[in-house]
Amino acid sequence: MAKLNLNRVPMTRQDPKVRGKNFDEVALGYNEEQVKAEASRCIQCPKHPCTTGCPVDVDIHDFIKAINEDNFAEAVTIIKNKNSLPGICGRVCPQETQCEAHCALANKDAPIAIGRLERYVADWERQNNPSTTPATDKPKPTGKRVAVVGSGPAGLTAAADLAKMGHDVTLFEALHVAGGVLMYGIPEFRLPKEIVQTEVDYVSSQGVKLELDAVIGKIDTVDELLNSGFDAVFLGTGAGLPMFLDIPGENLNGIYSANEFLTRVNLMKAYLFPEYDTPVSVGKNVAVIGGGNVAMDSARCALRLGADNVYIVYRRSEVEMPARREEVENAMEEGIIFKFLTNPKRFIGNDQNWVTGMECYEMELGEPDDSGRRRPIAKEGSEFTIDVDVVIVALGTTPNPLIAATTEGLDTTSRGTVVADENTGRTVKPGVWAGGDIVTGSATVISAMGAGKRAAADIHAYLSEL
Amino acid sequence: MYQILLREDLVPGIHLFKVAAPKVASKAQAGQFVVIRIDEKGERIPLTIADWDRAEGSVTIVFMEVGTTTHRLALLKAGDAINDFIGPLGLPTHIDKFGTVVCVAGGFAVATIMPIARSMRQKGNKVISIMGARNKDLIFWEDELRSVSDQLIVTTDDGSYGRKGLVTEPLKELLEGDEEINRVIAIGPSVMMKYSALTTEPFGVDTIVSLNPIMVDGTGMCGCCRVSVGGETKFACVDGPDFDGHQVDWDLLFARQRSYLDEEKCSFDQWQSQMDSK
Ligand SMILES: Cc1cc2nc3c(=O)[nH]c(=O)nc-3n(C[C@H](O)[C@H](O)[C@H](O)COP(=O)(O)OP(=O)(O)OC[C@H]3O[C@@H](n4cnc5c(N)ncnc54)[C@H](O)[C@@H]3O)c2cc1C
Ligand SMILES: Cc1cc2nc3c(=O)[nH]c(=O)nc-3n(C[C@H](O)[C@H](O)[C@H](O)COP(=O)(O)OP(=O)(O)OC[C@H]3O[C@@H](n4cnc5c(N)ncnc54)[C@H](O)[C@@H]3O)c2cc1C
Ligand code: SF4
Ligand code: SF4
Ligand code: FES
Repeated sequence: MAKLNLNRVPMTRQDPKVRGKNFDEVALGYNEEQVKAEASRCIQCPKHPCTTGCPVDVDIHDFIKAINEDNFAEAVTIIKNKNSLPGICGRVCPQETQCEAHCALANKDAPIAIGRLERYVADWERQNNPSTTPATDKPKPTGKRVAVVGSGPAGLTAAADLAKMGHDVTLFEALHVAGGVLMYGIPEFRLPKEIVQTEVDYVSSQGVKLELDAVIGKIDTVDELLNSGFDAVFLGTGAGLPMFLDIPGENLNGIYSANEFLTRVNLMKAYLFPEYDTPVSVGKNVAVIGGGNVAMDSARCALRLGADNVYIVYRRSEVEMPARREEVENAMEEGIIFKFLTNPKRFIGNDQNWVTGMECYEMELGEPDDSGRRRPIAKEGSEFTIDVDVVIVALGTTPNPLIAATTEGLDTTSRGTVVADENTGRTVKPGVWAGGDIVTGSATVISAMGAGKRAAADIHAYLSEL
Repeated sequence: MYQILLREDLVPGIHLFKVAAPKVASKAQAGQFVVIRIDEKGERIPLTIADWDRAEGSVTIVFMEVGTTTHRLALLKAGDAINDFIGPLGLPTHIDKFGTVVCVAGGFAVATIMPIARSMRQKGNKVISIMGARNKDLIFWEDELRSVSDQLIVTTDDGSYGRKGLVTEPLKELLEGDEEINRVIAIGPSVMMKYSALTTEPFGVDTIVSLNPIMVDGTGMCGCCRVSVGGETKFACVDGPDFDGHQVDWDLLFARQRSYLDEEKCSFDQWQSQMDSK
């Protein structure tokens, strides 16, 4: 066997000093030479453990083999067989804990950069095959109608798969743009909206009817959909309800939920204000509370909008942070200031009701809690104040109660998530499936996609027997 | 796209649009609102549903020109279209047989209180309406509101029409009078709602106000619209917009409404200079 090549090909990124001032994509992607070099490191393990780390079982070794054979079209086909959104997953999957963690070279600290290869293949397709018309012949219509509610990764995947099986699919989306968190949450510099739009267009090209501005639960309830000719309903409405800290001063001006801040910036394009009419305040000193991807994205947006100092305030330590490693590193390089073991106690405002400061506790870590992470405990008497003029609360989200409240007979948990079978997405309500963040709480793009895929397969089986 | 079927200029600066939106029309109820976005670069703003026609598939909105979006909206004509028209959002006003209900409307809210007064009357309530405007030139829909009320009182700040003074004065007289008042609905500028609630408080009469904080999505997803009611934080777009006026933290509402004064001015100035150069 040839000697192992442990030199993972680095990805070119925009210089931190430059990128901190623009919303262009940070990671620039491999060029053809780099992609070949990286792909050639794959040793084509017979058992290819990499695939077991991928929630949708992408045949990683096969698509890498196709790259090595210069057959990019084939690589596209292999990936799309399992993953219909490779341009997105290649960019935002937490590969370091998924496919790449299982790569045979991971224990040598040099796993194949599977995500980067996947991204390259997807981008190659977009550039060389810009038409989104399906290559396959139109499927034979089954005459069955399916309503898919929510156009995030779960809904997009379910809708596309069901349409390909010949069902008549309508995709309902509450916002004026399809894509869910991919559009309103994850910023342009990490996931260009053009890529998401291409995927949405692809789903439409499969015959899916897209109804924007349609808040299910208000315009029609799930039961009304079922009674008005839809044979099945898939719920992919995500986890869109922001959590707040519930501490004094939280309603001061200048305190945003991450959802609001990111929606203003990404969906409403507040970074182009006043050309785009939706404003956002950034101020000089911004504190982002939380340690996940949402916190990193908020902090890096605030920096790009011109804040002088951006803090990430996290109550545990660096190792417990749930955000993707790569994004934490990017944030650090860009100059985000991390305040670990710090937790806000209350917010202080001026006579204009605008936030001016945040009183915080220093924290220490105690015994592990339910999540297996060590529980943060406030140190008595450790309070100190940080000057801030904008605060972004990024504590996480739970499902919006609207669907559950307006649908008879759905089973929900105490966290507001909808109960559905993990393998099929079936809920206890006949004719209704659910998947993605609405079932799991905030998770990942690829797990939402996987849930959409499994539900589509089960819905198809159900419809075939009707 | 949602086509404007009809435009009416009610008084200077206040306009009515009837918009083709069959699905919204089929579900609309008194007290609910829509979120609109004129075009790709526009802001999402909430506007109350002033009326609907399920057969025609239309929804009526009445808006006042205040900043960029409402001024831009005022330039549209029948036949033009609005990009997004999302609704019906928010909880409908609680309509029940209460007895005697006083509906108080300030400014453009005469339009928004219409369906509420109508529904209250249909439920068998005695409806007394009070409408107030700054002056005679800003009075509209007097006859319409009278047609759904048992009694109508009109006030103007300067006395150029109807009674001189604020809406709170006849409201107070009604509360002090012999007739039992069972419920008050006050809709209009925030200050007017605050003082209406303060007026009714000593009399212990339930008073419902329709809060108008800044909103983005209108579906409970951002928390921009949070208000404090009875010491609890609520999202006005999904928990309201109607709330118990005696429990509302008005100062917080006023302060939060002013969050973007500078930006609103900047946006308006830029829009005006664009218009001037055209
Ligand atoms: C800022 C941010 C950064 C993230 N970064 C990453 C990352 O790097 N990697 C990763 O893997 N994951 C990341 N995630 C998580 C990931 O985006 C989500 O897990 C994923 O999008 C969930 O997909 P979904 O389809 O279940 O729901 P969503 O993407 O939330 O989509 C749900 C859609 O349903 C719509 N909807 C809701 N209610 C209704 C209704 N009543 N009627 C009609 N439509 C409705 C919503 O408007 C939305 O468009 C991030 C999340 C956020 C917020
Ligand atoms: C539930 C609800 C129902 C409403 N119904 C009506 C109605 O029927 N007719 C009507 O004329 N007005 C109504 N309003 C107020 C209307 O939304 C604002 O006048 C409008 O948003 C102003 O936008 P602008 O761009 O013209 O002005 P701007 O210059 O942006 O703002 C002027 C004022 O409007 C408020 N405002 C700005 N943006 C928003 C926003 N996104 N959401 C809410 N308020 C905002 C600000 O606090 C400011 O005081 C309602 C508001 C709410 C919340
Ligand atoms: S979909 Fe995600 S986890 Fe699966 S191979 Fe691609 S990058 Fe890895
Ligand atoms: S485990 Fe790593 S080296 Fe082995 S086939 Fe998969 S990607 Fe290639
Ligand atoms: S407007 Fe976003 S939650 Fe109410």
